[in-house]
Amino acid sequence: MEVPILKQGHYLIASIQSALTDADLSQLREALIERVGRYRARGVIVDVTALDVMDSFAVRTLRDIAHMARLRGSETVIVGIQPEVAFAMVQLGLTLKGVATALDLEEGLTFLDQQTKARLEERRPPTGRLPRG
Amino acid sequence: MGDDLHLPIAADVDVVQARQRGRELAAGAGFSTGDQTVIAAAISEIARNILNYAKRGEILLRVVTNGDHQGLVVVARDQGPGIPDVARALQDGYSTSGGLGLGLPGAKRLMDDFDVVSNVGQGTVVTMTKWRRLT
Repeated sequence: MEVPILKQGHYLIASIQSALTDADLSQLREALIERVGRYRARGVIVDVTALDVMDSFAVRTLRDIAHMARLRGSETVIVGIQPEVAFAMVQLGLTLKGVATALDLEEGLTFLDQQTKARLEERRPPTGRLPRG
Repeated sequence: MGDDLHLPIAADVDVVQARQRGRELAAGAGFSTGDQTVIAAAISEIARNILNYAKRGEILLRVVTNGDHQGLVVVARDQGPGIPDVARALQDGYSTSGGLGLGLPGAKRLMDDFDVVSNVGQGTVVTMTKWRRLT
């Protein structure tokens, strides 16, 4: 089952709707990384609210998506991990280390807004404090 | 044991199918949603191991009763290459398939009972059980 990817402003939102096979997950990874470039996306949200289980392959794929998107200049946030899913992930030893997560879509969007704003400010030349003399 | 569910594992869709059937069976037997998720995740890991190492095999699911406890038993069977060093395969991070190496040790942590019997050249049988107290 293909995961729909929506473009909203500078962000891509992939909403997983049902259980995914390994092939579906790999397909999602390819599609997102390609679209980050095509739409010049600054952020990616992967909504996993509908996933009732996350195993090591799913977690590895999400981690790969986040790292690949970052290499392409885009921040990723995983949203909607359910409490039981989080419990099973920790038992399995799966941590999503180095990948941003947020409670839900709304929090994810807020996070990306902060991240991209911070990035823009980094790029801006310093203002104020001009050297005198 | 006429109630055994036999699920062939030969493609990635079978992994999804197996964990969904496991969850349904656990739900029907009265396991909490937390336990259902744990059982589904453990099935997913060992079903994928069958695909990665043996290409094909099967998963058997059954519900058993032992005194005041009810158990969901998962048996994963294949006739693949077998595991030369089971103790090592049960260590976190050890993988010969390029995976995370969390499949067997992770499933072991998720379930209450966990047993691996493997013969090189003949195959592997993983038997694991999640228990709940009957109330």
